[in-house]
Amino acid sequence: MLDFPRWRVWMLNTLIIFGVLFAIPSLLPVHMRDQLAQFVPAPAINLGLDLAGGSHILLEADTSQLGETRLEALEDSVRTAMRRAEPQITISDVSRADGKLSFTVTDVSKVDAARTALIPLTSNTLGSRDWNIAVTDGNRFIVTPEGTGNENALDQAMDTAKDVIDRRINALGTLEPTIIRQGDNRIVVQVPGLDDPAALKALIGKTAKLEFKLVDEMADPDQTAKGKARVGSQVLPYPNNPSGLPNIAVRRLGGISGDKLVKADPTFDSQTNEPAVTIQFDSEGGQRFARMTQQNVNKLFAIILDGQVISAPQIREPIFGGVSQISGSFTTESANALSISLRSGALPVDLKIVEERSVGPDLGADSIRRGVLAAVIGTTAILVLMFLVYGRFGMYANFALVINIAMILGVMALVNATLTLPGIAGFVLTIGAAVDANVLINERIREELKRGRRIVQAIEVGYKEASRAIFDANSTNVIAAVLLFIFGSGPIRGFAVVLMIGIVTSVFTAVTITRMWVSRWVKRTRPTELTI
Amino acid sequence: MKLLKVVPDDTNIDFLKWRNLAFGVSLLLMIASIGLVATKGLNFGVDFIGGQMIRATFTQTAAAPVAELRETVGSLGFGDPTIQRFGAENQVSIRMKLPAGADKNPEIANAMAEKITNKLKADHPDLRIDGVDSVSGKVSQELFSKGVLALLAAMAGVSIYIWFRFEWQFGVGAIWSLMHDVTLTFGLFALTGWEFDLNIIAALLTIIGYSLNDTVVVYDRIRENLMKFRKMEMASLLNLSVNETLSRTVMTSVSISLPLIILVLFGPDVIFGFSAAMAFGIVVGTYSSIYQAAPILIWLKVGSHSFVPTDDASSKAERIGENFGAKP
Repeated sequence: MLDFPRWRVWMLNTLIIFGVLFAIPSLLPVHMRDQLAQFVPAPAINLGLDLAGGSHILLEADTSQLGETRLEALEDSVRTAMRRAEPQITISDVSRADGKLSFTVTDVSKVDAARTALIPLTSNTLGSRDWNIAVTDGNRFIVTPEGTGNENALDQAMDTAKDVIDRRINALGTLEPTIIRQGDNRIVVQVPGLDDPAALKALIGKTAKLEFKLVDEMADPDQTAKGKARVGSQVLPYPNNPSGLPNIAVRRLGGISGDKLVKADPTFDSQTNEPAVTIQFDSEGGQRFARMTQQNVNKLFAIILDGQVISAPQIREPIFGGVSQISGSFTTESANALSISLRSGALPVDLKIVEERSVGPDLGADSIRRGVLAAVIGTTAILVLMFLVYGRFGMYANFALVINIAMILGVMALVNATLTLPGIAGFVLTIGAAVDANVLINERIREELKRGRRIVQAIEVGYKEASRAIFDANSTNVIAAVLLFIFGSGPIRGFAVVLMIGIVTSVFTAVTITRMWVSRWVKRTRPTELTI
Repeated sequence: MKLLKVVPDDTNIDFLKWRNLAFGVSLLLMIASIGLVATKGLNFGVDFIGGQMIRATFTQTAAAPVAELRETVGSLGFGDPTIQRFGAENQVSIRMKLPAGADKNPEIANAMAEKITNKLKADHPDLRIDGVDSVSGKVSQELFSKGVLALLAAMAGVSIYIWFRFEWQFGVGAIWSLMHDVTLTFGLFALTGWEFDLNIIAALLTIIGYSLNDTVVVYDRIRENLMKFRKMEMASLLNLSVNETLSRTVMTSVSISLPLIILVLFGPDVIFGFSAAMAFGIVVGTYSSIYQAAPILIWLKVGSHSFVPTDDASSKAERIGENFGAKP
């Protein structure tokens, strides 16, 4: 039992050295760590926002709206396909309701041709069907979402949204955000060191979907005021409407969208000297913009951002070259934010903030300083007590404890774990478990000595008998930690991670490592007396 | 060298003599705790009920003017705030319910926080905003149900383990003493009105872990003695086991209490409730291992017959323990 083959001694020592080495970067001050990182990889523990200060924002996508967007896109492609079919297929009574698209093929003899034209639109690249096509009353088509189409669309949209948010935050400068998807429809944004997230929220809260549509100049102002539009038009909110109405009617079709931009910059309007944003389309978008302005000279066109009209200027002359300017009661900041948002592309889904936490850097720093101080005092007190009570064996336990702490930090750094406040609780629990293991062993050795066993035998029995309780106690903690990781949310998971790492290193250091040292001491000195 | 003895050798304290009294007192305390939680309720943080919490420190003022703040914030038209000092006298948390419609439109919540912080900063130039938490109703419900689920799963999981490794009575004893510890901690929070948030769930989990550790050590000794002293009366056997493990119990609880007491006294104010809960839990957990987990075995009729079969759980346990200890 006290035998340790040479290879095991080597293996254990190597493990200790590695564990401690990986802990070093986390304990160094940041500037020294950065210097070290130039020569060797220096993984360090991340501090959670509750300790380091910063902002945490949880965004949730509006999934209902995504289905609507998909349906809209389908309607567009169906209209185009029917128009381009040879011969052209006329459709009428197009409606989108309850997540379904339905339309009537006027000429009954063309139903089969319409169905054939629909097939490529309703299946995806993998060959399976995204939409189901049904025909009722002979010529009425009803297209309903099928299979995993909506989920796949959501998945793609969330990935895109994540990239867009990443680009937008990067445009703010030197922040180091962590942006991760959570569950099906959520994105977590964490920005360390940012304690006032107002600017951040202004950036990521905006969908930044830009559209240009013609104003419906034939609309009846009374109807528009009531929110009613005639066929082919829609009413949109227009807060800065010079006519005094809160909204305006625009034509549904014939507009162009602003998702084909190559540039967007804040600027000042040359006439009013107010903040504005200049945009530049790519060549395709530029041509479409030129065509739209050419065909509609002297008409009004509405510039729409996220479903809200920001201005509705008159087209005085065709605009070639794809450069345009958006103005309409911007401040310098909001013009800047809008140009960043436009540059990084529109969010494919509307995201709303469902949880937001910010911790000021002063509070975080204070928490760390006092937390570390308390931890150092507390640990020192334990070390002194262990030495006073168990003497030499107490010192073994103490060295093991220090190595244990270093190894927990080392493993956490290696797996890139984050230390949070609940994580510190997990730390306390594992240190407690490590101390307890040594207390159990040493108490048992004491007992066996009192019963008259010889020293070597007492040590052997002590380790053996105590191991059973240590094993059971730690197994229950592992079970708890795994369950917590499965069922818990953010902070509780942080606790569980530290606990899982800590249990393994605690048992390793408190049982295996101390036994190695004890066995070496017993072999070397052949003690005849043991004070414990 | 003369070593320190935290507990004298060969103690023979009749712990179990007071088992009925202790059980009665514990039962009363548990009922009182449940009663307190039911009537007074827990002071849930925004994590669990949703809303907005602003934390602030008065850097130049010794004590935060809570009454004045309550009036100022209340007059802004967002409803009555819950204002509390936490940790130091000059630190406050201001909690507000999210205004109607905030779930749909986050701008409303932003506007509220901005208005409140601007007003406070104007009134008190020395005010430092330490953080703003804003949690929607949907997310808070999720956090709450997930927290409760995690607690229950952890308690059930470890009890099942104890049942497999020992006997079913031990599993019942373990879950009972865990319920005891958790209930009393809930009672403490209802009584003191300390804020109950996600961090407190982590503290409760630590308490469960520690209390169980303690229970396992006592149970392990009871099992060992049950096999060693087949004729001994159960109460004396429990007493013997508790006394034999007493110096370990004291030594471990003292060791773990040390850092916690220091955290309560000198640690960050943000985690005062959290450290206090853990310190309380260590005491309760140690007590419950001796006075709840052990006596239950008498009432559940555990005796040496529970471990008679030749290839029973305990000898298996010993083998596993041996392998684990000697040749990991």
